[in-house]
Amino acid sequence: MLRFLVRRSLGAIVIILLISAITFFLFFALPSEPAQLACGKNCGPDAIALINKNLGLDEPVPVQYWHYLVGIFAGRDFEVGHCPAPCFGYSFTNSQPVWETIMDRYPTTLSLAVGGAAVFLITGVSIGMIAAAKRGTFTDKFFSSLSLIGNSLQIYFVGVIALWLLVDTWGLIDRPEYTPITENPAKWFSGLLLPWLVLSIIFIANYSRMTRSQMVEQLGEEHVRTARAKGMSGRTVFFRYAWRGAIAPIITIVGIDLGSLFGGAMITEFTFTLHGLGRLAVESVTEKDLPMLMGVMLFSCTAIVIANIIVDALYAVIDPRVRLA
Amino acid sequence: MTSPSQAAAPGANAPGPDAVPTAEVGKSGAPLVGRSPGQLMWRRFKRDKTGVISAYVVIFFFLIALLAPVIAWLYGKNPYTTYGLDRPGLLNEFYYPIKPNGGIDGEFWFGLQPQLGRDVFTQLLYGIRTSLLIAVAVTLLCTLTGILVGVTAGYMGGKTDYFLGRFIDLLLAFPAQLSFVAFTPVVYSLFVNPEKETPTYLRVITLILVQWALGWMGLARLLRGQVLSLREREFVEAAKVTGASPWRIIRKELLPNLWTPILVQSTLMLPTFVTAEAGLSFLGVGLVEPTPDWGRMFATGARHYQNDITYMFFPGVAMVIFVVAFNLLGDSVRDAFDPKTKR
Repeated sequence: MLRFLVRRSLGAIVIILLISAITFFLFFALPSEPAQLACGKNCGPDAIALINKNLGLDEPVPVQYWHYLVGIFAGRDFEVGHCPAPCFGYSFTNSQPVWETIMDRYPTTLSLAVGGAAVFLITGVSIGMIAAAKRGTFTDKFFSSLSLIGNSLQIYFVGVIALWLLVDTWGLIDRPEYTPITENPAKWFSGLLLPWLVLSIIFIANYSRMTRSQMVEQLGEEHVRTARAKGMSGRTVFFRYAWRGAIAPIITIVGIDLGSLFGGAMITEFTFTLHGLGRLAVESVTEKDLPMLMGVMLFSCTAIVIANIIVDALYAVIDPRVRLA
Repeated sequence: MTSPSQAAAPGANAPGPDAVPTAEVGKSGAPLVGRSPGQLMWRRFKRDKTGVISAYVVIFFFLIALLAPVIAWLYGKNPYTTYGLDRPGLLNEFYYPIKPNGGIDGEFWFGLQPQLGRDVFTQLLYGIRTSLLIAVAVTLLCTLTGILVGVTAGYMGGKTDYFLGRFIDLLLAFPAQLSFVAFTPVVYSLFVNPEKETPTYLRVITLILVQWALGWMGLARLLRGQVLSLREREFVEAAKVTGASPWRIIRKELLPNLWTPILVQSTLMLPTFVTAEAGLSFLGVGLVEPTPDWGRMFATGARHYQNDITYMFFPGVAMVIFVVAFNLLGDSVRDAFDPKTKR
C-alpha cells in the first residue's frame, strides 16, 4: 500500500508540474502583454512598466515560472512586499492574495461536490441494483427510459426549472445558499440540498446504467452460481457476492468522473449563485485575472489528482484481487 | 468484427450470418448475393424504429439550422430586432411581456425575450444554427485527430506509441470544463489585443479550437487499441507480405475495419459538444451579444426566471429532445453495425 501511494504520488507530482508549466506558459507567454491585462483599459506605458516591474513580468517566462514555483513553497518577495509561503501571487483585479481567496472559496465547492457525489452514488447504485434484480420487468424498463432522459438533461436547464418550481412556486426547499457546516449544519444541509439534487441528476443516469450492467454480469459469474447452488439465500448472493464484484468498477468510474464533477459544480454554482471555486474561475476569466485563474486551475487539478489516488487506493481495499504495488 | 476486404471479395456468395436473405430472395427470385457490411448495416438500421425516428429528429434539427434564414424570412422576423422596445403594447413597465406565457401569440410564436423584446422563435433557430455549426466543426476536427493519432500510435507502436500515449494521458489529466473556461480568454488574446472587441468569427474559432484541443483523446485511445489487435490479423499480414505500403495498409485494410467505432463515437461526441458549448455560453465565456446562441438563452432565462419562466422553456425542451434523439441514434448506429452488442 505504501509503495503504491509513493509511486502514485510521484506520478501525480509530475502530472501537476506539467499541467502547471503548460498552463503558466499559456497564460503568461501567449498574451502579448499580461501587464495590460492587469492594468485594464486606458493604461499608459508608464503604468504598464511599473506593473511589469512590480510583478516580475519583465523577466523571461521560464524564470517567471521558476519564481512562481519557488513562491508556492517558500514564499516570495515582490517589489510591493512579502508574500508568505503558499504564494500564488496577487489578483490582477483586486490585489488580494490568490491563496487566501481560494481558501475562502473552496469549502463551498467541496461541500457541493462531495454532497452531490453522495447523492448520485447512493441513488444511482440503488436504482441500478433494483433494475438488475428486476431485470426485464416493467420496473427495469421504466428506470432505463428514465436514465435515458436523465442523461440528456442539463444543469443549466433543470436547475432553473427546479429553482422556479420547488423554491419559488411551491416553497418546498430553501433557497440555495452556502453556510459553513461548522456554523450551522442544518442550514448547510438545507441550503445545499437543491444544488446537490440538481448536480447529481446528470450523473445518476450513468451510474444506474453501469451498476445494472455490472450486476447483471456479476450475477452470471460462476462463483455466484456456485453460491446459489450451495443453497445460499438470494439476498446474500445478491449483496455479498454480486454487489461486491459490481461495485469495484463503479469506484474506478468515480475517479474518472471527478473532473466532470468539478465542471458540473462550476455550472451548478453559477445556476444557484453559490460562491465557490468554479464561480471564482469564471469571474477571473471575465475579468482576465490571470494569477487568480492560474491558482484556481492548479488547485483544482491537484485536488482532482489527489482524489484520484484516494479512489484507486479504495479500489484495492474493496477488490483484493487488485495488487497495488 | 467482419473484415470488409474479406466480405466484399469476389465470389463470396454466401451471405453473412446476420443477413436475412430468404424474404428478399422469395420476392425477387434473384440469386443470393453478397452484401457489403455497409448494406447490411443499412438494412439493420432501417428495421430499428427508434433509430429511424431519432434519425428524423436529428435531421430535422440540422435542417432548421441550415434553413434558419429561410424560415425566419417566411416568418417575417429576425433575431436582432427589439420588437418589444420598438412597438408599444408588447412589454410592460418592467420590460416583461404583457401577454401571459412570455408573450406567446399568433405573431410571436415562442414569445418575446424579457428586457430587449426580441423574438424568441428566430433567436432559437439562429441559436441552434450557431451551436450546431460549432459542434459539427469540433466533432469533425476531433474525429480526424483521433483517427490520425490513434492509428499512428497503434500502427507504429514502439516509441511513437509510448509518447503519444503519455501525451494523451497528460491531456486527459486536464479537467475539461475548467480548462475550456480558463483557456478561452488566452486564445482570444492570442488573436486580438485585449483592449479591442473580439470579432464574432474569432470567438467561434476560439470555441472550436479550445474544445478540439481537449476532445479527441477518447477516440484516439479507442482506435489505438483496435489497431493494435487488427495489426496482428492475417489479412494485414497478407497485405504486408504482398508488399503493400503502410499507407495502403492503413487505408485499405485497417480503416474499413475502424468505421464502426469512428461513426459510433462521433455520433455520441456531437451532443456532448453542443451541451459543452452551451455550458460555456451559459457561464458567459462563449459567444456574446448580439450573436444568437443556444447556450446564452439559458443564461438570459436564468436571469429572468422568476418573472418569465417561459423564455427558458423552449430552448430547454429543444435541447433535451436533441440530446435524447442523438443518443438514441448513436445506440442504434452501434446496434446496426455490431448486432452482437445488446443494450
